[in-house]
Amino acid sequence: MNRRESLKALGLTAVSTGVLLEACNTEDKKNAKGPVTPSATDNAGREPFEVERNKKLNAERFFTEHELATITVLVDIIIPKDDKSGSASDAGVPEFIEFIVKDIPSHQTPIRGGLRWLDSQCLSRYEAVFKDAGKEQQLEMVNDIAWPQDVKPGMEQGVAFFNRMRDLTASGFFTSEIGFKDLGYVGNTPNRWSGVPEDVLKQYGMENV
Amino acid sequence: MGKFQIKKSSTVHDVVVIGSGAGGGMAGHFLANAGIKVLMLEAGPFFDPAKDSQQFKWPWESPRRGASSVRPFGDFDAAFGGWEIDGEPYTRKNNTEFEWFRSRMLGGKTNHWGRISLRMGPDDFQPKDGLTERWPFGYDELKPYYDRVDRLIGIYGSVEGIENEPDGIFMTPPKPRLHELFIKKAAAKVGVPVIPGRGSVMTEAIPGNDDRKPCYYCGQCNRSCKTYGDFSASSCLVIPAMKTGNLEVITNAMVREIITDKDGQATGVSYINREDMQEYQVSAKVVVLGASACESARILLNSRSSAHPNGLANSSNVVGKYLHDSTGASLSGFVPELMDRKRYNEDGLGSIHIYSPWWGDHKKLDFPRGYHIEYGGGMRMPSYGFESGIHKKNGLVPGRDGQPKKAGGFGAELKDDYRRFFGTRVGMAGRGTAIARKENYCEIDPNVVDKFGIPVLRFHYTWDKDEVRQAKHMQDTFQELLHQMGAIISKEDLHGPEDSYGLEAPGRIIHEVGTIRMGDDPKKSALNKWCQSHECKNLFVVDAAPFVQQGDKNATWTILALSMRTAEYILDQRKKQNI
Repeated sequence: MNRRESLKALGLTAVSTGVLLEACNTEDKKNAKGPVTPSATDNAGREPFEVERNKKLNAERFFTEHELATITVLVDIIIPKDDKSGSASDAGVPEFIEFIVKDIPSHQTPIRGGLRWLDSQCLSRYEAVFKDAGKEQQLEMVNDIAWPQDVKPGMEQGVAFFNRMRDLTASGFFTSEIGFKDLGYVGNTPNRWSGVPEDVLKQYGMENV
Repeated sequence: MGKFQIKKSSTVHDVVVIGSGAGGGMAGHFLANAGIKVLMLEAGPFFDPAKDSQQFKWPWESPRRGASSVRPFGDFDAAFGGWEIDGEPYTRKNNTEFEWFRSRMLGGKTNHWGRISLRMGPDDFQPKDGLTERWPFGYDELKPYYDRVDRLIGIYGSVEGIENEPDGIFMTPPKPRLHELFIKKAAAKVGVPVIPGRGSVMTEAIPGNDDRKPCYYCGQCNRSCKTYGDFSASSCLVIPAMKTGNLEVITNAMVREIITDKDGQATGVSYINREDMQEYQVSAKVVVLGASACESARILLNSRSSAHPNGLANSSNVVGKYLHDSTGASLSGFVPELMDRKRYNEDGLGSIHIYSPWWGDHKKLDFPRGYHIEYGGGMRMPSYGFESGIHKKNGLVPGRDGQPKKAGGFGAELKDDYRRFFGTRVGMAGRGTAIARKENYCEIDPNVVDKFGIPVLRFHYTWDKDEVRQAKHMQDTFQELLHQMGAIISKEDLHGPEDSYGLEAPGRIIHEVGTIRMGDDPKKSALNKWCQSHECKNLFVVDAAPFVQQGDKNATWTILALSMRTAEYILDQRKKQNI
């Protein structure tokens, strides 16, 4: 069933179907990756200052190339490609992080400083910054900061940094089209809600609640 | 900048309505449909959900992935403005707290709300405990208007026969989602009632109304509905009223004051146009104020004249006082039994599917008034902040292999954790009655003006032990419910005496009411029982300012009923040539 047929099946009128088809412009966004520059039509319902703000933030650049390369290595360690879906960088997470630190400036110092902390740790351990260290060395380093309940003395700041990176990576990945498919979120579309499916009710013993 | 002059229009309007939200929108709609020529002034821009809604956008269509850095309820939320607006400050007195949410746009704050539409009950209007002032009438007086609002706008719910939770004229309510069944089951054991929600979302067509389409369950009412399936003052009241040809709307009109003659009667309104920053004046036979509880008080207090030296309609000195917002506290956890759930679309509708009306017996409790509980959870559309803080919970349950796991982590196993946890969260939030107190108020700050040169509000508000004890009761109840359904609560999320049991700062719940209260005694109230000024007979207030004392019920449905009743009274008084 295509989208128009499925809307018809829901009993929606021709008028509302038109409006909805216009609203569900998902087909046009197939290759969306990273932050999308809003087109003129996307600005309906936006205050002028919002449009300006997005334009300004998109034109600015916060991270250096080195920082962005380091972020790319980190986010792909946090969410790697697996047999179900692509990696964080496949989903545009580094570009998202570049935008979000400009949008939410309270991220800036913890991330920039955290990257420096990481490089300085790696320099003293491996005589190489994080992104240039070997794969095993990178994982060894990450292992020292990825487990908040099991922290070696001196690693606390690294743990706080990594917690933030983990959260931002998840935000970026699971709000991308790749992430949606991976997660199996199937909403954001007109439908009829007629309650929990029978088999699910049965699975949880909720038939009579 | 050119010559500073005030642009005056020679037209005398039958009625000028200030504000286009629930109160102003309803008054404008009612009067325009009755053939009255109405001019409506709205402080912000025009907004039509059919064109301006962000409905059905995906998070990747927002560069901030829906984060709330620009709009407080996320990038796709319909509401402009928020608790802070550039160039429009407010202040606080004696280091007290109040957060003032303003949505300057057509429809006002009906653009952001949860569409939860509850009637106040007999005990809310006429409290039996003697603690707070009684309204000048009881539930029976307002019931016919609630009924008419139900029929006009549409509301779903279930007939329950609970005395202080009056039933309405309901459409079919939505069925519970899976986590809501967990809540229902647990609540039955704990002794907390759970009933179908009550919300202004059309689950059925409204006879005779072809402009609005029934709900198709995208769960995004907060983005506003392109097909008008839910209640916004814009789509359901103002835009239809404009089609009568009797309602004219001037947008971007920031009201400075209401103008009165030497006898103290209202003659018009002055405002600043946001776009050209010029001063304008319009004339009217009747002024209807619906700018929101605090903004309406601000306008009256700024409308000083020789006839009204203490501000318009304020010889009682109550304008600004008795400000009260609902209490709010919340708690959430996750249900391990819901891990690795089967996926299906459970967006449902964008208001509540279930809720708990207040059930307590105050004879056995250490606080005087109750609250209701709203529930959240389920497989919601991911947005910025998705599973933030997973390291606080993924070590609390065994891995797929049944072995204990360390919290945090990275890599394929972490990626899998996100999948496993999707749709396991259950949240609950209490919304309770706060007591109207003279000591909680807004007033004009003698030292500060906004960018329009209008003196701003200064707030003074503190919670009392009653509200803190109520919040404690909420937290105890939430914990009991969560434990009963087998949920795990991260210890960082628990509240206690150190943070007043998670009691939100006043203003955070955006149910502020009471600042221009009504009553029979002109010494103790600003408005009579028709929401008409005691001393300026052609001035009426139709937002939440006239409330004497709120219940735990969200204010909108009562604002609508009151406004309709006042509009009908205006019509009657015009016929009798009293105004």
